[in-house]
Amino acid sequence: MSITATYRQPAVLWIATGVTLLVLIVAGLGIGAVSVSPMAVLQALAGQGDAINIAIVRDLRLPRVVLAMLVGCALGSSGAALQGTLRNALAEPYLLGVSGGAAVGAVLALIVGVTATAAVPLAAFGGAVVAVLLVLALARAAGGARDPRTLLMAGVIIGAFANAMILILLADVSPERVRGALWWMAGSLSDASWLRVGWLAVYVLLGVALLVTRGRLLDVLALGDDSAAALGADVGSATRQVFLISALLAAASVSAAGLIGFVGLVVPNIVRAFGVVRHRALIVASALGGASLMLLADLLARTVRAPLELPLGAITAVIGVPVFLLRLRRLR
Amino acid sequence: MSAGLVLTFDDVTLAYHADGHRVVQHAAISAPPGQITAIVGPNGSGKSSLVRGVLGLMPVHAGRILAGTTDLLRATAREMSRLVAVMPQREALVFPMLVHDYVALGRSPFLGLWDAPSAHDVAVIRGAMERSDVLPFAARRTDELSGGEWQRVRLARALAQDTPILLLDEPTTFLDIAHEMATFETLAREAQSGRTVVLVSHTLTLVARFADQIVLMHEARVAASGPPRDVMQAATLEAVYGWPLVVSHDPAVGAPTLVPLRRPR
Repeated sequence: MSITATYRQPAVLWIATGVTLLVLIVAGLGIGAVSVSPMAVLQALAGQGDAINIAIVRDLRLPRVVLAMLVGCALGSSGAALQGTLRNALAEPYLLGVSGGAAVGAVLALIVGVTATAAVPLAAFGGAVVAVLLVLALARAAGGARDPRTLLMAGVIIGAFANAMILILLADVSPERVRGALWWMAGSLSDASWLRVGWLAVYVLLGVALLVTRGRLLDVLALGDDSAAALGADVGSATRQVFLISALLAAASVSAAGLIGFVGLVVPNIVRAFGVVRHRALIVASALGGASLMLLADLLARTVRAPLELPLGAITAVIGVPVFLLRLRRLR
Repeated sequence: MSAGLVLTFDDVTLAYHADGHRVVQHAAISAPPGQITAIVGPNGSGKSSLVRGVLGLMPVHAGRILAGTTDLLRATAREMSRLVAVMPQREALVFPMLVHDYVALGRSPFLGLWDAPSAHDVAVIRGAMERSDVLPFAARRTDELSGGEWQRVRLARALAQDTPILLLDEPTTFLDIAHEMATFETLAREAQSGRTVVLVSHTLTLVARFADQIVLMHEARVAASGPPRDVMQAATLEAVYGWPLVVSHDPAVGAPTLVPLRRPR
């Protein structure tokens, strides 16, 4: 056979990812209490056509669609990075308890009166880092930070503990001051303002960019500690970097939309099924795929029982659990 | 390919904790270029710990590890990986990939973040696959390989690093006789081309045929080292392995051959 330059990426992946995302963006902008046709959506985006359509598309729906995409980007890319570093196809921020820790951090900050839209994600980041450290310590104490099942068990326990903390912290706080426990634990995009979207964009784009620059490092980390070291990686430092960046991404998404699980699990596994193994491509494709999955989930949340709105985290769990079970079977 | 470099363990002591159990004590080993140096010894004698010491994954309590004149303990992991290609003892991929893509990871130490592999890299990758005989299944997935094929693919990745020193931890585990012999022949050719080849092995008889120098480890220390004829002495090996055995000299090939004995009832 002929051996040409390696690192080829299937074009079909990028075409599928791009087309899916565009279709879902137009659908997310067009579908709702008032339907706007795809053509009218595009016109409204350009500031043309019916003034009511322009208001609906640009002022009501666009911030929410962009928020959904950013949250999906953060969850998809951090899932891909965590899976590579931990060599665990079931790793993702929610199941590892990282998102839960971030939510506790954000809630604590809001309770003590930190309300700046830019600062809440940083408090969430602190909570996420504490959760990472706890999960790793717990897994190590149970005999295997490298055993996927032990690690997940530790993550689920820390996640449950975080949920309990949120319920306790918010028990006597008035909903006017702080969003309620349900908002945090079930996930929601209902709080989309351009200010929130703007800050989220800063954190998410920074996080994804930092992960992309560690693509080659992730490629070798995924081989195992010994092989990664043999191929020139400083394993300890590289692992810490990836954990911190993933925690930042999870924290940003949690402070903007609460706890949303399984996106970070589902998307990288689908992308890998396209034959993508290089992490640079995997992270970018998982970010874009995460955006698509969040748009789809939000669309379902808004339309399945309209005018009721279903909790977003419930929708992603319904999509994610079958994927988790399928993947679990292949773990041996 | 540049010439080999001497790999030196200079009075090396390895321990997980500063005051803990010494996994290797005062090991002095010098592996010259153009030769195969085999590190042998019973399970737990410290062989693999030496490899992990080179990788920086095993704390070095005292002593130095040198590649030529470069102190590997002061070098970065990346600098180390450009001088020594290590094939670790075990490796299982969680995320399977194509054999060719896996071997190509051997070029990682030489590639910057945005670099595509150059024509030189592609040629080195192809050469590594040729020499370890994995070209026929370059397009297969790593989870579709037999244990022996996977072992050769891992060797190919180490060869793709194209370093002065090769350090292999049990390169012939899982291999049948033909592939075991083929692997040793490959390593002999690498040594002939000037490279320094160091391997940890359990297969004493084969090692005695191929190695220029044998280092026998016992209870964390170097118990004997030298040419196979000197180290492969029945008394020495019996003491180290705690098992009665005979060393005969095969008239056909002239190398010492080890025959473990049944215990008398």
